[in-house]
Amino acid sequence: MVMDPVLVYPDPPPPLLAQTLDLAGYPWKACGNASVASAAEPADGWTGAVIVADDDPEGALTMCRSLRKRDNTLEPLLLLITGAQLAELELREDLFDDFCLSPFHPRELETRLRHLFWRTGRGTRPEIVEYGELVLNLETYQAALDDRPLDLTFMEYELLKFFATHPGKAFTREQLLSRVWGYEYYGGARTVDVHVRRLRAKLGEEHANLIQTVRSVGYRFGQSRLR
Amino acid sequence: MQAQTDYVLRTVEERGVRFVRLWFTDVLGFLKSFAITPAELEAALEEGMTFDGSAIEGYSRVQESDMLAVPDANTFEILPWRGEDAPVARIFCDVQRLSGEAFEGDPRNVLKRNLERAREKGFTFYAGPEMEFFYFEGSSSPVPLDHAGFFDLTEHDMVSNLRKQTIMTLEAMGIPVEYSFHELGPSQHEIDLRYTDALTMADNVMTFRLVVKEVAHDLGVYATFMPKPIAGDFGSGMHTHLSLFEGDVNAFHDPGNEYGLSKVGKAFIAGLLRHAREITAVTNQWVNSYKRLNERYEAPVYVCWARNNRTALVRVPPAKRGKESSTRIEFRSPDPACNPYLAFSVILAAGLKGVDEGYELAPEATNNIFEMTPEERAAEGIAALPQSLGEAIDVMENSELVAETLGEHVFDYFIRNKRAEWADYRDQVTPFELERYLGTL
Repeated sequence: MVMDPVLVYPDPPPPLLAQTLDLAGYPWKACGNASVASAAEPADGWTGAVIVADDDPEGALTMCRSLRKRDNTLEPLLLLITGAQLAELELREDLFDDFCLSPFHPRELETRLRHLFWRTGRGTRPEIVEYGELVLNLETYQAALDDRPLDLTFMEYELLKFFATHPGKAFTREQLLSRVWGYEYYGGARTVDVHVRRLRAKLGEEHANLIQTVRSVGYRFGQSRLR
Repeated sequence: MQAQTDYVLRTVEERGVRFVRLWFTDVLGFLKSFAITPAELEAALEEGMTFDGSAIEGYSRVQESDMLAVPDANTFEILPWRGEDAPVARIFCDVQRLSGEAFEGDPRNVLKRNLERAREKGFTFYAGPEMEFFYFEGSSSPVPLDHAGFFDLTEHDMVSNLRKQTIMTLEAMGIPVEYSFHELGPSQHEIDLRYTDALTMADNVMTFRLVVKEVAHDLGVYATFMPKPIAGDFGSGMHTHLSLFEGDVNAFHDPGNEYGLSKVGKAFIAGLLRHAREITAVTNQWVNSYKRLNERYEAPVYVCWARNNRTALVRVPPAKRGKESSTRIEFRSPDPACNPYLAFSVILAAGLKGVDEGYELAPEATNNIFEMTPEERAAEGIAALPQSLGEAIDVMENSELVAETLGEHVFDYFIRNKRAEWADYRDQVTPFELERYLGTL
């Protein structure tokens, strides 16, 4: 999944900040003021913002205000400030989500950002797919059914993930083979039948019908949309 | 490949797996295992784990004993019977020399090599065995469960508990089953495994034997795959359903044929029949295996095929109308104490030989072959399977097909090991002989 960029102020940002973001794998874009930020904003919005206040606290706080007071509040917003500026944060709790003292430690900044993005669901938050009692955590590869872990082999997991992310739609064996196994896989469409049976066995009698056989088509996960 | 490795490592971490068992198989079909910790797993997946191959039947000679067990990440499973608190997982391994070459003595490698040959011809080989076995009170004598004195569990409770636990464990390990409950004796059972590709199935058979034995052990009884544990009763077979697919097409099926069999299907059966005597030492590898292959107990003894005659060596079950993909053949001689990797290898090779050379299939055996006189059988050209391990080894030793299929290393070891077993057996004076002869001769 490609992440949308993080907004960085000022333009250009301090070199250590740019380097830290690069090493952490976060795409970023520097903007010198609110109108540039709004013009350059990606369709799905900025992933978050890192605002450096140590050289120009007034400009930084203005930037924060414009990002937070608009219709779709930008979050998470992390403020980099010096120790001497801490008092200025008083009564400005709404302008930022977290802060980091400058000069900052790259590992600390990276950890704070990761946690912020996790909390706001942007970037690296674990993706959860749910269908009824079935829950798949796409980040940790774990599946659970009725709150009990479901132990799957890799291909069983991949097949179940595909099904659970496309519920209600019937797929032919050939489609499943090319989407889940990839075109170069040799085993033939019987492979799909074999894995569906394995999955049904592991889902257990009660849930085996999550994967339904659609006569003369293939398989469908969950209820048909037509019902 | 990387995604699979990540999946395994992440699952081990998330589930708090304490040990990972690396599984492989010796030449005689015994499951071998050693455990590593999660910390060692990443390196094991990348480079393999070194172990002493000289300790394994049929592996290396002492001077070249170090081998690598390289886990096949796709076979990673959490063992469902080790408890939730500290889960233990297993991975099947391929065995390599330290140089990284596949080790020719590894039965899994032998099967992979033969499946690759089939793949070059465009075929995928599927197998579905029917596993038979007995439950006994213990491993020292074959006392059936209905004779055993369980004081708080009735025999019926015990059996239904065994059945339930076994099926649940197998299904939790992704081995779908069809269960059938034998009526021949309360202690004999049959569990049919739904077909898969032959490599997965050979892994499944290894897992199956362990699961059946573990569950029995937990409930205080003993499960055995010994082919013929009780004199005068039916033995345990591993009738195996076979099919070849070309892509998505069942290569055995031809709707225009009266048996529903294609040219490939017929030639495959012809190959199996022509080479049946040569491969029997592998599909029936113990002295005891030949006690089962006895016409008194409906086991296949004669080399022929039929549709509904269950005494034939190869049976062609009628395909359901509109279910072309279910066309298959059933090979009835193997027993459940075989090495499934080697057995599937020689079965596939014999059938493919028939396909390659375009063997003609003899007509279906119509009469009950058991009721024919030896002269009638000879007139119809119906041969008998070897009647002892000694005879089977003699026939196998002259088989180019088996030598080529197993590779020189496994072939030589197997012949040597089985000759020794046969010699040990011939050293015995049996209770039968003492009872029959001592008082009269």
